[in-house]
Amino acid sequence: MTDSKYFTTTKKGEIFELKAELNSDKKEKKKEAVKKVIASMTVGKDVSALFADVVNCMQTDNLELKKLVYLYLMNYAKTQPDVAIISVNTFVRDCEDPNPLIRALAVRTMGCIRVDKITEYLCEPLRKCLKDEDPYVRKTAAVCVAKLHDINAQLVEDQGFLDALKDLLSDSNPMVVANAVAAISEILETSDTAASSLEMNSNTINKLLTALNECTEWGQVFILDSISNYNPKDDKEAQSICERVTPRLAHANAAVVLSAVKPLLPIFVSSCRPDILKTEMKVFFVKYNDPIYVKLEKLDIMIRLTNQGNIAQVLAELKEYAAEVDVDFVRKSVRAIGRCAIKVEQAAERCVGTLLDLIQTKVNYVVQEAIVVIKDIFRKYPNKYESIIATLCENLDTLDEPEARASMIWIIGEYAERIDNADELLESFLEGFQDENTQVQLQLLTAIVKLFLKRPTDTQELVQQVLSLATQDSDNPDLRDRGYIYWRLLSTDPAAAKEVVLAEKPLISEETDLIEPTLLDELICHIASLASVYHKPPNAFVEGRGTMRRSLPRNQSGEAPLGEAAAAAPAAPIQQPTVIPGVDSLIGDLLDMDLGGPTPYQQQQMMNQMPPSAPAAQPQGAIDLLGEGLDNLLGGGGGGLDSLGLSDIFGSVSQSSFYTPPQEVWLPANKGKGLEVTGTYARRNKQIYMELTFTNKAMQPMMGFAIQFNKN
Amino acid sequence: MIHSLFIINSTGDVFLEKHWKSVVNKSICDYFFEAQSRQSNPDDVPPVIATPHHYLINVYRSNLYFVAVVTTEVPPLFVIEFLHRICDTFEDYFNDCSESILKEHFVIVYELLDEMLDNGFPLAVESNVLKELIKPPNFLRTITDTVTGKSTSVSATLPTGQLSNIPWRRTGVKYTNNEAYFDVIEEIDAIIDKSGTTVIAEIQGYIDCLIKLSGMPDLTLSFVNPRLLDDVSFHPCVRFKRWEAEKILSFVPPDGHFRMMSYHIGANNMVAIPVYLRHNISYRDGSGGRFDVTIGPKQTMGKSVENVVLEVPFPKSVLNVTLTCTQGKNSFDPVSKLMTWDVGKIDPAKLPSIKGNITLQTGVPIPESNPTITVMFTIQQMAVSGLKVNRLDMYGEESLPSTGSKSGVKKFLPSSKYKPFKGVKYITRAGKFQVRT
Repeated sequence: MTDSKYFTTTKKGEIFELKAELNSDKKEKKKEAVKKVIASMTVGKDVSALFADVVNCMQTDNLELKKLVYLYLMNYAKTQPDVAIISVNTFVRDCEDPNPLIRALAVRTMGCIRVDKITEYLCEPLRKCLKDEDPYVRKTAAVCVAKLHDINAQLVEDQGFLDALKDLLSDSNPMVVANAVAAISEILETSDTAASSLEMNSNTINKLLTALNECTEWGQVFILDSISNYNPKDDKEAQSICERVTPRLAHANAAVVLSAVKPLLPIFVSSCRPDILKTEMKVFFVKYNDPIYVKLEKLDIMIRLTNQGNIAQVLAELKEYAAEVDVDFVRKSVRAIGRCAIKVEQAAERCVGTLLDLIQTKVNYVVQEAIVVIKDIFRKYPNKYESIIATLCENLDTLDEPEARASMIWIIGEYAERIDNADELLESFLEGFQDENTQVQLQLLTAIVKLFLKRPTDTQELVQQVLSLATQDSDNPDLRDRGYIYWRLLSTDPAAAKEVVLAEKPLISEETDLIEPTLLDELICHIASLASVYHKPPNAFVEGRGTMRRSLPRNQSGEAPLGEAAAAAPAAPIQQPTVIPGVDSLIGDLLDMDLGGPTPYQQQQMMNQMPPSAPAAQPQGAIDLLGEGLDNLLGGGGGGLDSLGLSDIFGSVSQSSFYTPPQEVWLPANKGKGLEVTGTYARRNKQIYMELTFTNKAMQPMMGFAIQFNKN
Repeated sequence: MIHSLFIINSTGDVFLEKHWKSVVNKSICDYFFEAQSRQSNPDDVPPVIATPHHYLINVYRSNLYFVAVVTTEVPPLFVIEFLHRICDTFEDYFNDCSESILKEHFVIVYELLDEMLDNGFPLAVESNVLKELIKPPNFLRTITDTVTGKSTSVSATLPTGQLSNIPWRRTGVKYTNNEAYFDVIEEIDAIIDKSGTTVIAEIQGYIDCLIKLSGMPDLTLSFVNPRLLDDVSFHPCVRFKRWEAEKILSFVPPDGHFRMMSYHIGANNMVAIPVYLRHNISYRDGSGGRFDVTIGPKQTMGKSVENVVLEVPFPKSVLNVTLTCTQGKNSFDPVSKLMTWDVGKIDPAKLPSIKGNITLQTGVPIPESNPTITVMFTIQQMAVSGLKVNRLDMYGEESLPSTGSKSGVKKFLPSSKYKPFKGVKYITRAGKFQVRT
């Protein structure tokens, strides 16, 4: 006797047959019929027509039959709310049953029937069940409060169920406590109003810690998650939490272990965070039959842990990986070798050697990837490895990916004076200019201008050609604007052009793919949850979640957290290392240096303060955008000096002679999620201006700005 | 928490769905199929898949995908662990977790899923609690059911273990033969490079138990050399305080099979590598190449290495191999290009070897790298770390309060005095043991 036979009834008139069987006098026949109905339901057939007949089977002593009917009800009650009402009586009666199993089952099922009319009848039985003598019923009722809250939050709050739930936190049975915690955290996820009545204090935390030892592993996860939301008042309390949580780290259930890490991390490892895994490099070595997503993640971690001490080992491994079969993995391995070169200066030469070996394999995607990273190496160590350029040029014809082509063009432009046939090489790229990717077009434009400035005699024709292609034959505004700027620069003042285009570039820093410090702090609080998988704060991807944010408790000694210190440290007085640009950020920046990262992306905006609607208000129109770009070109970065970037560059300076106080920091970066606002007031032409400088100190682009002035 | 569960078979049919909250249309699985189609290997499907409104978290077990749908911020490991627990429970109930088996018992499957989660929160997960609530299918009972016309698969009373503080054990267990078996299993994960140097080696150890003891026995297990163990994780039954203080495992065991403890020994120098490979694999332009591998025992503490199997994944450009081995059998799968050599036992006096020719497809360049060889082996009666169980003691059974104690007459249960049979077995085997060539 197996159940699979129920799946095979597909003949016509089935519903009528079932109907007859459901109304049969024989219990067995009824049960068989209900089973058939459920089987049809599971495979997605619509059996809602049998609603009344199935509900009639509900009043029975047979628990299995009752369960099956409940199962059916949960699925279909919503479609037939009027008929569903007849089930209420049975539910209410079952909630009074002497058997706790039936009481619990009834309250559980009622919560799953998402019909408003029924929900109203649920309140009284639920209140009773929350105070039931049997803990099994209480723990089921606790979850039911969360279900009810999902259906009708207002009702739950009005009926005082939140307080009842909070009382359950002090229940004598740990399982009840665990379920109450789970219900509370679910309610908090969706409701802001409930937060005030369900807030944790040291008293409730103590109770949770007591229950932690005795409840099931799943309950432990809920409790640990809940504890991690609590900021301990003082060191002593933090210490006691640590003591009680630490044993969970030896649990067989991985979910418990990671949830135990969650409350511990913010408390006592913020000071030694970067060093935690320093000696564990080997754990992350890739096995060839690891799933691909594990391989990529391991590689990421390996790059982060690389240092002078282990570079030899890491490089040997990476070389091994570069010979594997999976294309994505090989690409990332090649890129990793380049990252190592940038990170560990002593090993740069060896890394370059390894990359050259890989280029010799002539495997197309390996070569392309290698060229992309070699460009970064040139940016980090200028004038050191040009000897390999000849080898790179040999592979020119095989490059078909935009990023690799753009990188190669950049290299040619940058070292044009040392490559005899640079003009021929660039010209060969120019033939298919229209069909190239924007990234390649921009690079080609810049490279040819560089070439012209370095060897003006024989390349005039080439530069004319590229400028006209960029400005006249292109629809791309980025490309056109860049073309025009070069054109004007070259025609107005070639000397200035040389200074601008061939300016010394800032070095790129070794830190790759840094997560913005404030985001990192927030993610640490969410370790073990989806947020840590996606590297995004939960409110960025979970629907219906409030704006609740968590952050690490600040060190009381006033010491800056290490993440921020690390970000601030490489800020040299003149040259600020920038983070290696991603593919997209290469577009639209004139010196092909990336402006993200610690180098502030400066956006100046002049705003007439009063009256706000005065014509002098300058939104960031075309001129302003240019101004900002050129501002950076001039190596200014001073900020707040000029309002009319273009006129400034052509020498017609119209600066005020009034005293302007230096800009003050109005919003520090650590409070503004990486956005720093500095500003001052100035008077020019008898108008009062407010000068604001927005600096992105985060490692990510920011967007969607809006400024609002409130009445004073 | 867990909103819905879909079980998907290898042909891409959703054959079972269960919703603990509102119903999520199964078209959500299209996102999963999309991610799945991008991977050739079923194990490579990313465990967490984002869709615009939901997150799909999946595990792949017994050729089935178990896809959980979540809508809120959850610990993904929680869901993954739970999905595995669901599979474990099915295997526990039906001995297998295949599509046909699940369909055959779908009522029990549904009742189980309903009992295991409520509103997405775990409810009753411990096997002994579930078994009291929902009886596993049993041939004898099916016959009685058919004869008497009653079904007894659902219990009408609340299970005793559900709320006790040792939920993993039910009361009233009784055996005529009381036995306790402990298997100390150690798996060596290692990467050996071309020259035979160990790149990384670590031991993943487990102690699996089979306990058939009457009543509520309280056991302690001690080791000769507990200092070896510093990275351990325990079944909830093990008292952690006692381990921390005395390095003794003290526990009231669950009934039947369970994994009491797992441990990890990471230091390279602690790990003896029991086998070595001598290999010579070379390709020549145009014609193909040579393959020659010999395997021999290294540090085995006098024990013999058994069940040795070598797997060599050849690159796609290899057409065929013609190999002869001195012992065992070898086979080559022309589709997956996997060569398997089932060696058997290694005789140190006559080392097994395999050699022959590799045929390449015509016109393709020779492979840039040699394959990484996976080695499997078993060594009986040895734990490679040297871990040894010292002794096992049983307490507690006598001190259980018996039913008559209130009246002052101490009436011992008949099970309170028994001498269990105890056995400890050691096995070392290869985990992910890879040799680069």
